[in-house]
Amino acid sequence: MTKSTEIRVPANQISVSRRAVASIAVVGNPNSGKSTLFNRLTGLRQRIGNYPGVTVERHVGTLKVGDSSLELVDLPGTHALSAHSLEEQIAVDVILGHMEGTATPDGILAVVDATNLYQGLYLVQQLLELERPLVVALTMADAAEVEGLRIDVSGLIAKLGGVPVCPVVATTGQGVEKLRATLARITELPPPAPGKTWPELTTAARELAALAPEATRLAEVERLLIDGPTEARQDFLARFGDGAEVRLQELRDRLFGNEPPLATEARVRYRWVREVLGEVVQQAPPFYGWQARVTAWLNQPVPGTIGLFLVMAIVFQAVFAWATPIMDVIDSATSMLGVQVNATLGDGALASLIADGVIAGVGSVIIFLPQILILFLFIILLEDSGYLARAAYLMDRAMRSVGLSGQSIIPMISSFACAVPGIMATRVIPNRRDRIATILAAPFMTCSARLPVYALLIAAFVPAQSVAFLNLQGLVLFGLYMFGIIMGILTALLVRKTALRGPKPPFALMLPEFRRPNLRTVLMQLLGRAKVFLRRAGTVIFSVAVIIWALAYYPRSDDVAPFVEQQQQAAVSELSGEDLDAALAQIDNQAAAMQLEQSWLGRAGHFVEPVFRPLGWDWRVSSAVIAGFPAREVVVAVLGTVYAVGDEADEATLSGRLKAARWPDGSLVFTLPMVLGLLVFYACCLQCVATLAVIRRETNTWRWPAFAWLYMTAVGYFGALLVYQLGA
Amino acid sequence: MKRNGSTLASLRKGQKGIIASVNAADPQVQRLMTLGLVEGAIVELASSALGGDPMEFRLFGRGISLRQEQARQFAVSPVAAGGD
Repeated sequence: MTKSTEIRVPANQISVSRRAVASIAVVGNPNSGKSTLFNRLTGLRQRIGNYPGVTVERHVGTLKVGDSSLELVDLPGTHALSAHSLEEQIAVDVILGHMEGTATPDGILAVVDATNLYQGLYLVQQLLELERPLVVALTMADAAEVEGLRIDVSGLIAKLGGVPVCPVVATTGQGVEKLRATLARITELPPPAPGKTWPELTTAARELAALAPEATRLAEVERLLIDGPTEARQDFLARFGDGAEVRLQELRDRLFGNEPPLATEARVRYRWVREVLGEVVQQAPPFYGWQARVTAWLNQPVPGTIGLFLVMAIVFQAVFAWATPIMDVIDSATSMLGVQVNATLGDGALASLIADGVIAGVGSVIIFLPQILILFLFIILLEDSGYLARAAYLMDRAMRSVGLSGQSIIPMISSFACAVPGIMATRVIPNRRDRIATILAAPFMTCSARLPVYALLIAAFVPAQSVAFLNLQGLVLFGLYMFGIIMGILTALLVRKTALRGPKPPFALMLPEFRRPNLRTVLMQLLGRAKVFLRRAGTVIFSVAVIIWALAYYPRSDDVAPFVEQQQQAAVSELSGEDLDAALAQIDNQAAAMQLEQSWLGRAGHFVEPVFRPLGWDWRVSSAVIAGFPAREVVVAVLGTVYAVGDEADEATLSGRLKAARWPDGSLVFTLPMVLGLLVFYACCLQCVATLAVIRRETNTWRWPAFAWLYMTAVGYFGALLVYQLGA
Repeated sequence: MKRNGSTLASLRKGQKGIIASVNAADPQVQRLMTLGLVEGAIVELASSALGGDPMEFRLFGRGISLRQEQARQFAVSPVAAGGD
């Protein structure tokens, strides 16, 4: 299409027609009860997406009031409009209208924790300067009462220049109706007049803005004055014409002198906050409830640390014990479905694609859904109750000694379920070096996809005897978990000493009070997690399953069909009843294995066998390992197919077949050193496309996923080599 | 400026101090100032983790955790009797 034939529509008209409703940004400090209130206001009318280029989730919901509806955008929590982390930056960008794909909000709902007015009013003060209609929701009004805080709401409204302030209890819904009614007319509210709290700044901003030929938002000019002519603001500065840079410097000198601007901003704004608090808040003697007593007890270092380990032990116990029955149900359901498909569609490529490719492949991942949901349930409960922040606080010293920070503990714990959400959880770490070190350590944690491989090999090759009071198999499994933790820590140490060397970053963490988690919020977050996981299973994992299936299915061999026919005839003439069924099933297995050996996957296994020979692996193990590179849990399914051939096929179970597997010279394939080496390989190797993709998205470069893959594969290979060669 | 060794890091558990001066040249300290650790704020040491580091302070009723090396950037003076 040439330029002349394009239909040109002014950009502002497009945006007007696409936005039938007003859009409201929901802004607040972390832990201000913002998400609970957002969920209360929008209910299930929510959409979760991503901001362009980053994995920060974009929560948008619809609020219906009478005939009108408003679009609410729940922003990541932030303390100020000077961003220090990726999530804060996104909040600031949306508020200022710099976020691609998100319209500049028409109004702002500021969520302020009534028990933390000190920090809350700092942010509100900055929002007052935006010249946008503003409504303040004062959350946790009940908790404030318990703590003995008496807040003069009308006095606060007066201090904020008439901005509506609505006390609410989001968990019970108290006050929410009034807030809804206020939000319904938000676009009619007069925007607050800037300059009430820091007149000198507003005056200076007006002087600078007067230089610009077009209208300029005062809030942006104020940020320019405070943050200075940063690279990102060069275009903005250019609008003010020649000489603006000199004028900017003069104004900054006048405002800040020799002091750092951010420090001056904090001093001026918090002075105002203290004045306001002095006038509108009265502190009665607080009532000490159970929360206060729990806090006081856990504040002691020793009980706190013991408590943390106890909590983690309970979480892991629950993840493995509670999930098993549900996983068994999913397992039998998927195999039944596969059998049904085969029975309905008969033999052939289509039936095989659906049964062996899609159902078996996607099913092998869906089976981890219960574990992942249980783990997430605990993580959400711990986070909502305020305990995760305390865990970060308690573990900071230990984590720091290995080059990480206390905040790394949350991603590490999440990675025991799955490294993908674990790596996404690293966003809470403000320092980039710490964050990348955590991202590189996280995939070493034993994720739930490693568990089936461990379970299979341990059950088959580690004797079920007791050592002291402990079961040897359980001990080996525990050892593998510890091995993963140690490897992760060594990796973090290594990168922090080399590629990511740098000063130890500061650690500042708000420690929220313990609060009873809100059931509604917990369930909605859990539902969101399940949706994300299932969507991934339906797209990425679906594609991987189909590709692996095709590699194992093609090219078709001409020799297999005659072999099957001949064997079947022989079986039918010699056997009958159950023996015949068993024999026929046996023949099918052998045919499948013959087919597999000459498939692309089998050929690849033969091709790379020399590489893995020093590790004691035959072509079958090698091809299973190759098939497992996109998703490690696939390996169990592939081993199941490849070991259906030859003498081993007489064994009924997969572990029996593995035990019976032999080299052509008659020696056993699965010796103890080989098995231990294979376990070491699985503990280290990064066989997970989803993890690589999420590292790519979170670090915004291919360098780190490439490094992680090469490094972990090398560690796994040489680790397995060492174990095998020492043992053999 | 009071620099006779009295900083947030030298508070005893349960002791309160008022921030007298801040070493604001450090950008990391500026971040902490954004969280409300500025001159005039009253801070109490609530607890410390194993080994005394990091430390948990109370700032206007809320908990905030700092490492010792950051706590040393804030000089404090004693709170006048009866003041809060």
